[in-house]
Amino acid sequence: MPHPWIPNSSPEIKKRMMEFLGISDIMELLSDVPSNLILHEPPAVGRGRVLSEYEVVREMRRLASKNRVFKDPPPFIGGGVCYHYVPSLVKALASRAEFYTAYTPYQAEIAQGLLQAIFEYQSLMAELYGVDIVNASMYNGSTAAAEAVRMAVRVKRRRNRVLVAATVHPEVKEVIRTWVWGIGIKIEEFGDVSKGKVSAENLKAKIGDDVAGVYIENPNFFGAIEDELRAIIEVAHEKGALAIVNADPILLGVLEAPGKLGADIVVGDAQPLGLGLNYGGPSAGIFGIKYDRVLLRQLPGRLIGATRTEDGKDLGFAMVLQTREQHIKRERATSNITTNSGLMAVMAAFYVSLLGATGLRKIGEAIAGRTAYALRRLKEAGIEAPALRAHFLKQFPVRVGGDAEAVIKEALAHGVHVGPPLSRFFRNMRGECLVCVTEAHTREDIERLAEVLSQVGGGE
Amino acid sequence: MVFRQAKWGEKIILEYPSGKPTFVIDEEFISMGREYLSTLPRDTVRKEPPNIPDISEVEVARHFTRLSQMAYGVDTGPVPLGSCTMKYNPKVNEEVASWEEFATIHPYQDEETVQGVLQIIYELQKWLADLTGMDVCTIHPPAGAAGEFAGALMIKKYLIDKGFENKDEMIVPESAHGTNPASAVMAGFRVVKVPADEAGDTDLEAIKAVAGERTAGIMLTNPSTLGLFESRILEIADTIHSVNGLLYYDGANLNGILGIVRPGDMGFDVVHLNLHKTFSTPHGGGGPGGGVLCAKGALKDYIPVPLVDYDGRKYYLNYDIPRTIGRITWFYGNVIPAVKAFMYILALGPAIREVAEIAVLNTNYLMKKLVGLPGVDLIYGKGRWRKHEVVISFDRLHKETGVSAEDVAKALLDRGFHAPTIYFPLIVPEAHMIELTESEPIEMIDAIAEAYREVVKKAYEAPEELKKTPMNTAVGRLDLMLANHPRTVSPTYKLMKERLLGGEPGK
Repeated sequence: MPHPWIPNSSPEIKKRMMEFLGISDIMELLSDVPSNLILHEPPAVGRGRVLSEYEVVREMRRLASKNRVFKDPPPFIGGGVCYHYVPSLVKALASRAEFYTAYTPYQAEIAQGLLQAIFEYQSLMAELYGVDIVNASMYNGSTAAAEAVRMAVRVKRRRNRVLVAATVHPEVKEVIRTWVWGIGIKIEEFGDVSKGKVSAENLKAKIGDDVAGVYIENPNFFGAIEDELRAIIEVAHEKGALAIVNADPILLGVLEAPGKLGADIVVGDAQPLGLGLNYGGPSAGIFGIKYDRVLLRQLPGRLIGATRTEDGKDLGFAMVLQTREQHIKRERATSNITTNSGLMAVMAAFYVSLLGATGLRKIGEAIAGRTAYALRRLKEAGIEAPALRAHFLKQFPVRVGGDAEAVIKEALAHGVHVGPPLSRFFRNMRGECLVCVTEAHTREDIERLAEVLSQVGGGE
Repeated sequence: MVFRQAKWGEKIILEYPSGKPTFVIDEEFISMGREYLSTLPRDTVRKEPPNIPDISEVEVARHFTRLSQMAYGVDTGPVPLGSCTMKYNPKVNEEVASWEEFATIHPYQDEETVQGVLQIIYELQKWLADLTGMDVCTIHPPAGAAGEFAGALMIKKYLIDKGFENKDEMIVPESAHGTNPASAVMAGFRVVKVPADEAGDTDLEAIKAVAGERTAGIMLTNPSTLGLFESRILEIADTIHSVNGLLYYDGANLNGILGIVRPGDMGFDVVHLNLHKTFSTPHGGGGPGGGVLCAKGALKDYIPVPLVDYDGRKYYLNYDIPRTIGRITWFYGNVIPAVKAFMYILALGPAIREVAEIAVLNTNYLMKKLVGLPGVDLIYGKGRWRKHEVVISFDRLHKETGVSAEDVAKALLDRGFHAPTIYFPLIVPEAHMIELTESEPIEMIDAIAEAYREVVKKAYEAPEELKKTPMNTAVGRLDLMLANHPRTVSPTYKLMKERLLGGEPGK
């Protein structure tokens, strides 16, 4: 069945190639497959025939029309990812085929541009997070967190307990538990979600000499700033545990870099940096450490380093310290990760380069201003916002009253989408949901939010 | 073919002079934001800005466009990396997947507002189950290795439920991808290695010798990394099942048998696939990938959550998987690659089998052109047809001329071809592992064969010249000792200044 994506599928070429091989049927090349395993017909996939590109596009339009895009106003949904604007330049550069149709730069000399772009991603993220080293990316923020927890246990041998702040994204908690289940690491929480944030005292009450690492997010799942972060990191260090801090990269123009506060491992999700919502994936996981030989040896994932050409003339880039990785170290590797999020990582580099330090500060301020304005307007409209006591940035919980799940649906009917309902994760938070505001929300959007939520709120 | 790659000498983005106007952020809320930030505890706000220069949009566009011209992908030319399945990425898939209806929907949107994408995932799951002969498939794992890890956890949990707590050994062939042993260990298994026999099959006698009470299962690719179909796969399956172990299928090499033979029919219990290999989604210079995990029989109760399901009226995220291992990632996996893979299968329909047939035809056509070359050997399975890939050894060439597999690879770069995977699988000395996929036209395969012929000839005539390659790429050979030395290793600009350049930026 000839097809333009399969150049040698034309009968004449097939015949020529078969003659060269001395066969009369391609199936002769599969003669070592037990004959009872061979399908007579290919499985009935697709629509039963080859479709033209136009037919495919028509079908996709039909399916796409069953997805609703919230444009005016953009979604106010939080919970790990929020709607941020994706600059056209990021999309244009990401569509350079030399980048997106390449694979892992195994042959450095022909892949210098890609290697340099990933090196720049690593360098830009290191500046943003205040650390020395950032790897070439993990899948997303949740798996970066899970890998960081596993790494802490490798670094702190004989310690097998890890403490996770109660205020961490509930799905990230689940991911961490799955990733450590097979090797018997104990995950325990410290603090209490009803406080909105955790404290150094909370950690002191739980920590012991058997704790390998402490994991915390800033801002946390609710959007609250963990204002005792420095003290929490100090408590972890006093007990010889590693401090792992997840930070939202788009807020690091205004919030203190976790590396500067003493974090040993920093992680994050690069989604706000021009990657789009993508119905949750793909994104890129940011993973960084301070320079330390022990940490570096246990670092998961690929790493690009600068070097020189053999003749010493040119600066160049290559994959480095591969002896940590699965293709060399196999069962003794620091992780099994191979394919990572290369394209998303370089997109984050495009974005950060486009904004510069000034743009990053301003976007942080723009988000902070909208947070303040949204909280004020919601309060004025008689809605309890924020529903927890803390300082919030970008996201915050609101009490919409009644059954938040139902209120969200009602608001949705008015074109305003907030969420997720916190009841989905916490049994005693039936009337609360998250709201997220970013640089993409206008004054009118926020006013509309307040207006709709005050109309549909279910009361107590 | 004459090939000269661009060489721009682009400085590192952090070395650009700062002080240009940057991307416009509207001013409306800036002062309100500053005021709000000033009310936060002092410890929490940033004091020193990150050392990132302010550059204009023009310069950013030009910088990265120039970097792209010093990269090489499938749209530039063949990338015959073995076991990577670097096939053509259809452009229509890129365009459609970038539509707002897919790229701008939030993972926590109400299910009623995302019925289109859920239907796509649901149908894709079904098609993949049909193509693998499994009961259920999910797109939850973000990449292949994540699928392997999840699959190993499923096996572990299932065996514990069955009362086999002592089953802690995973059998892995020596020729396996490195991810197999790495994933098994991450899930808490011990790895037991088995060799290949002379014909290139995993040694059945060796499997029988190690299979026993402690065997949890075996992880296999079929076709193997040698490009050979494990012809005794049914006996391997019987052997493992007879000791209550399970079979795990690494789908990296599915492209050679797609639509012809199915892992489910071979006796596999858990399968992972790579949408970015077999189903044409781009590799993105290292990712994102798209992992798929499939299960059969009792194992289907153990797949990660959520699974996209259909209740006869609407599509929904099903979290009710009785013995699920939980989540491997937040949200639902890499959805955008799933949309592209859906389109790939939608477009091809029954022509999906042509993919495998031509991939296999291409492999053997090239193999026949290469085996007669001086210094080149097939170490395993001489006289057997290959499937998705072929592994050739330059061991003899190396011994006779001093020219290594790496030298040959670099000489290929100079001729405008990306080199294959080298030095893998580890059981083949001086290996080139070549996978053309169905995407390479016959003229290109002839040109690759001709390039190999020239290089091998040169190895016997003037080996020292090959040591100087590549010369037509953006840079010549890199000093990997310097790159990896503990005193000079420099994985960021900051460390590069301190270490590689000894504290003098720009030098």
